[in-house]
This record gives sequence, structure tokens and C-alpha cells, in this order.
Amino acid sequence: MEASQPLGGRILTKPFLVLAAVALVGGVLIVYRYVFGLGAVTNLNDGYPWGIWITYDVLVGTALGCGGYAMALVVYAFNKWEYHPLVRSALLTSVFGYTLAGVAVFLDIGRYWNGYNLFLPWRVNFNSVLVEVALCIAAYVVVLWLELAPALLEARPDAKAQRLRRRLETLLPIIVSLGILLPTMHQSSLGALMIIAGPKLSPLWQTPLLPMFFLITAIAMGYAVTVFESLLSSLAFQRPYETPLLARISTVMVSFISIYLVMRFADLVWRGQVQLIFADNLTSLMFIIENLLFLQAVIILAKPGNRSDNRWLFLSAVLLLLGGAVYRFNAFLVGYNPGFGWRYFPALPEIFITLGIVALELLGYLYFVKKYPILPKAEHV
Amino acid sequence: MGLSRRNFLKAAAGSGLLAASQLSPVPVLAREPKTRLPEALGILYDATLCIGCKACMTACKEYNNLPADPSSPEGLWDDPLDLSARTYNIVKLYTSGTGKTKDQEADGYSFIRRFCMHCVDPACTSACPVKALSKDPITGIVKYNKDLCIGCRYCQIACPFNVPKFQWDTPFPEIKKCQLCDHRIKRGSYSACCEFCPNGASLFGEVQALRKEAKRRLSLPPGSQATFPIHRLDTGEYRYASVGHYFPKVYGEVDGGGTQVLLMAGVPFQKLGLPDLPPESTASHSETLMHTLYKGMIGPYVLFAGLFYLVYRNTTKKDLP
Repeated sequence: MEASQPLGGRILTKPFLVLAAVALVGGVLIVYRYVFGLGAVTNLNDGYPWGIWITYDVLVGTALGCGGYAMALVVYAFNKWEYHPLVRSALLTSVFGYTLAGVAVFLDIGRYWNGYNLFLPWRVNFNSVLVEVALCIAAYVVVLWLELAPALLEARPDAKAQRLRRRLETLLPIIVSLGILLPTMHQSSLGALMIIAGPKLSPLWQTPLLPMFFLITAIAMGYAVTVFESLLSSLAFQRPYETPLLARISTVMVSFISIYLVMRFADLVWRGQVQLIFADNLTSLMFIIENLLFLQAVIILAKPGNRSDNRWLFLSAVLLLLGGAVYRFNAFLVGYNPGFGWRYFPALPEIFITLGIVALELLGYLYFVKKYPILPKAEHV
Repeated sequence: MGLSRRNFLKAAAGSGLLAASQLSPVPVLAREPKTRLPEALGILYDATLCIGCKACMTACKEYNNLPADPSSPEGLWDDPLDLSARTYNIVKLYTSGTGKTKDQEADGYSFIRRFCMHCVDPACTSACPVKALSKDPITGIVKYNKDLCIGCRYCQIACPFNVPKFQWDTPFPEIKKCQLCDHRIKRGSYSACCEFCPNGASLFGEVQALRKEAKRRLSLPPGSQATFPIHRLDTGEYRYASVGHYFPKVYGEVDGGGTQVLLMAGVPFQKLGLPDLPPESTASHSETLMHTLYKGMIGPYVLFAGLFYLVYRNTTKKDLP
């Protein structure tokens, strides 16, 4: 913990103001959505009731927020303390990824004023996969803030804050265990959401292994986002690179995704759906793109030399994140076909609201790394 | 006496955990497919008797207080193109080739009515996180309660027939769908579409009796004259008509786990836009998977215990660089 420090420096930089402007546009459109309804800002329809707010903000957003989960898994569960310097910044991206995914859900649900029903056990339908997802994500947002809290309290000089921090730190084993358990549950359940869509989802994605695939790709994306974020912040804030650590993380990441790819294709063979890959339509094309992205990341990292080269590391992390994102878009939108005649492509305001949420995440990240001890102290690296 | 703070906290935490385990999804076995309710109500729609007059659509709108759903630029007619939050019931037309012969696949045409199928094992009620959609334990009617609904639209993702519809054009939207005129049934009446169908193409009744009636129709020699009950099965009202050339299947008998609305037609059902569903419901797949993973919450508890052991050991013995 003593190895972290605030970056300091000005908050209102040019990138910060640009991001704030994007967030503001999103904010105005959000007001419009609440006054005129979902149809006024989205292209959602009765055939495609879930669009990019669910697919990007929730599915991809929380997978990108798996950095804290993936790092906690390797540091606390597998006792690899050498990765500890990366934990806090990974945690920070998780906090924003998940908190804003929660916000996005409240934009998306039509009868948000009834949302509290989800938290009344006698009103909840425990057969619904969505319940598992919603409660688990809500609980995890709380856990994430508790995990981050010591870092925030550390920056405060008063004795009361320090007492609270020490108390939280004694609870660390419980908080961290929950911080590993909850994402394991809901990242897999996010995949399980589509099982009930049955034949409406193309057999290229519809499989009982959906939960398993969502979980493995989310963990791999968690490592990828940690690599991505570490390299970018080193570049942006002119700090030394953490290459040796990232090289070792990339080994973990590539083994997860290799296992995933083997299972993915074995499952297609087992279910006798391989021919769909060559169907030469949009779904087959998107399937090929999705898996080429994963495969390319594996090919790059298969060469040990590439793992200690920042550029290859960065590229493989980006490929993997894109692969995971495309997989989620495919499993929820591209491969989902409600029947003849239905079409969906996000509307401009719908896209701007998502961009606004992403901007808010980045704003939060910039503010927190400058004000609070999140990033490792430069001389320790 | 008094409870010390520590003991109180212990007790509170313990009872909290106990409560949580009671509330958790506890079914002991993988979820079995649901079977038909003995007194379930439904509708038998016979496309070979349907003349496409759309009286059922008009009646449905009137008795459910639904607004017109114009699709033409003038907006003068109630002419919906599909089911929507304004239209619970629609009559569609299939044509092929010359489109001359009624109820024939090639060079023919057929009407088809689409509305909620009131599934035996509905995907929407399994998906709904807050029981806003529920299946009546006696009649089996799938009903909607807007006071519970959070508007997540998972029911729309889940429904294999794309029946639940959402009000996209209002800030206070609801899910809208056919509820078999449950409000009329409560008053001793029955579904408006069946009351106003002049030809007996839509027939209201208990599903078990409707299934027998459907099988009777399939066994009649095509082209012969026969009696066909009209409006509702239990009043004995009937008319004479010639028996159509049925496609040898009653849709909804087993499809997707079975439905309380049964369909008969002269044209294969997939041509009429009905999905080709396996006999198992998607709800049973989804719930079996979730119940296997979360049976009695044992898996999560064991995982948590294991994680806690590891994390506790590693954080207390840690050897920071």
C-alpha cells in the first residue's frame, strides 16, 4: 500500500475538458430520454429490445471492469504479490466500469421507478437469470468501492479517516473474497442470460457453455485491460513502464484465451454446427472476425520475445479486448435474430449517451489518479 | 442482561446469512418441464375456417381499450402491420405463386392469427426478474402486472413468439400483450376474439377439450361436411362446414413445451411464420442450468469459503517486497 502515490498536477487539462463536453452532451440526451421515452433517443424496437446500452455499457463495460477481479484473483488467491503494484489502478477502472454499468441499466429500464422491486426478496423471481445478474452486480459495486476505500482514505490526514481505513483493512479478506466470488457469478450469468432466447440466437453462439465462455473471456479481458491501462498511463503521464510484470500477466492472459479457443471450437464440433462458420453471411463473418481477433492475440504472445516488448504487449491486449467485445456484441445482437423483418442499428443519440458514459469513466479515472494514491510510486517500479 | 454489541452483530450477521440461504433459489432437482394445468383455458384457431374478416381484431381492440395502430401515411385506418403495444391480436396472410387456392401451400393462401400463445412453460415468466409476468395457477393465463414491472424487456428477449410488446413512445411505458381477456373471464364471459368470430375459426374453451376437438378435426375426411362448434366449446353452438385439408399437426400441442393456444392450418406452420421449436421449453433449459450452478447456493458458499481461506492465509502471511 505504501508503494502508491497521487500523481498530482492540474485537473482541468485539455483532454479533461473535451471529455467533460462529451459527458455533457450525453447528459442532455439523458434528460431527453426521461421526458420523451426510450423510442425518442434509441432505435430499440420490439424485435431488438436490447441494444448498445446493454451490449456495450453493461456487457463490455463490466468485462472491461474485470481488471480488479482478475488481479485480485492472481494476487490474493494465488499469492502472487509481485503483481500488487498493479492492483489499485486495475481496481479503479473496475470501480468506474461497474458503477457506470449500473447507471446505464437505470437508463435502459423503462419503469425505473419500480426498480426497487429487484431488492425485495418476496417480489423477486429467483428463476430469472437477470435477478442473479442484477443483485450480483449491485453487490459487487459496493464491494468495489469498499476495496478502493483504503486508497481514498489514505489521502486524508485526519485520524478518524485513518481509523476507518485500518478497520476496513482488517476486513480485507472478506471484502476481497467477495470481490472474487461475485464477478465469477455474474460474469458467467451474463452469458446465461441468452440461454432462454433459445433458437432466436444463432447456434454459433447459443450453447450451454455460454456462462463458461463469458467468464473465461471476462477474466482474460480483465488481464488485457490491466496491461492496456498500465501501458497507456505510463505513456500519458511519462512514468516508467512496468514491462516485466506485464509480460508475466500476458502469459496468464494468453493461457486463458487459448483454453477458451480450444473449448469454443470443440463445442461447435460437438454440437455439429461447424458448417455455419462458412455460411458466408453476416453472422459467419462476425464469428470469423471475433475469433481471428482472439487468435491473433494468441499468435503474438506465443512468441516469448513479444511479451517483453511494449508495442506487442499493447497490440495483443487491444486485440483481445476487441475480440471479447465482438464476442459480446455477437452473442447479444449480431447472432440474435427475432425473426423476419426486424432490424437494429443504434441511433445517434443512443451512441452519444454511451460515449457520454465512457467519457464520465475516463474523467473519473483522470481525477482519481491525480488526487489519490492509485498508481505505484515511480521509484519503486 | 442486555446483548453486548459484539454478540448482537454476530447474531445479526448469522440471521442475515440464514435468511439469505432461505431466500436463495433452492429447488433440489434440475428443473423438470412444466405440464399442462387440468383446468387451463385456451383458444383453438383453425385457419381453414378463417375468412380473414378481422372481426377478432376489432373486438380485441374494443374490449381491451386499445388505440388504432395506423400504418398508412394518411393514418386514417387501423391497419397494423404486426403485433405492437397497440395491437394484441393480428390476422396475417400467407400467399404463394398464383395464390388461388385457400389453405394450400403451393399456389395458395392462408390466414393466420397471431397473439399470445399462453405457453405451458412460459419463457417470459421464467425470465421476468420481478414476477410482473405470471402464469395463473388455475387458468394458466399469462398475465402482466405493471405495478411490479421494471421495464427491463427480458421477456421480449425470451419469448419465442415475440409476443410481449413495449411502449417505446412514452416516458412511462408498459409491456402490452394478450391476456386472453382475463378481465372478461372474471365476469363469466370469455375472450372477445372468440365471441365475435362469426365462423368458429377462433374457439374458446378448456385446453383439454380443445385438444380433443382438434384431434377430431384431423380425423375427419377432407371435403366432407361436418359440425364445427362456434364461439365457445361448452355451449353446444355449432355450424356446418366442409372439412379442410389439414396439415397433419396441431401447433402448440408440444411445440416449445406446449401452448394453451392451439393452431390448425392447411399450410405448414413455418410458412405461416411460426417458429420451429423443440418440445422442451427454453425456460426449462435456462432454469436447469441456473439451478445446477446455484443449487441451494451451495456452490457459491463453498467457493466463498475456499476463497476466504486462501485470501486470509495469503494476506496474513504476505511477504511484501
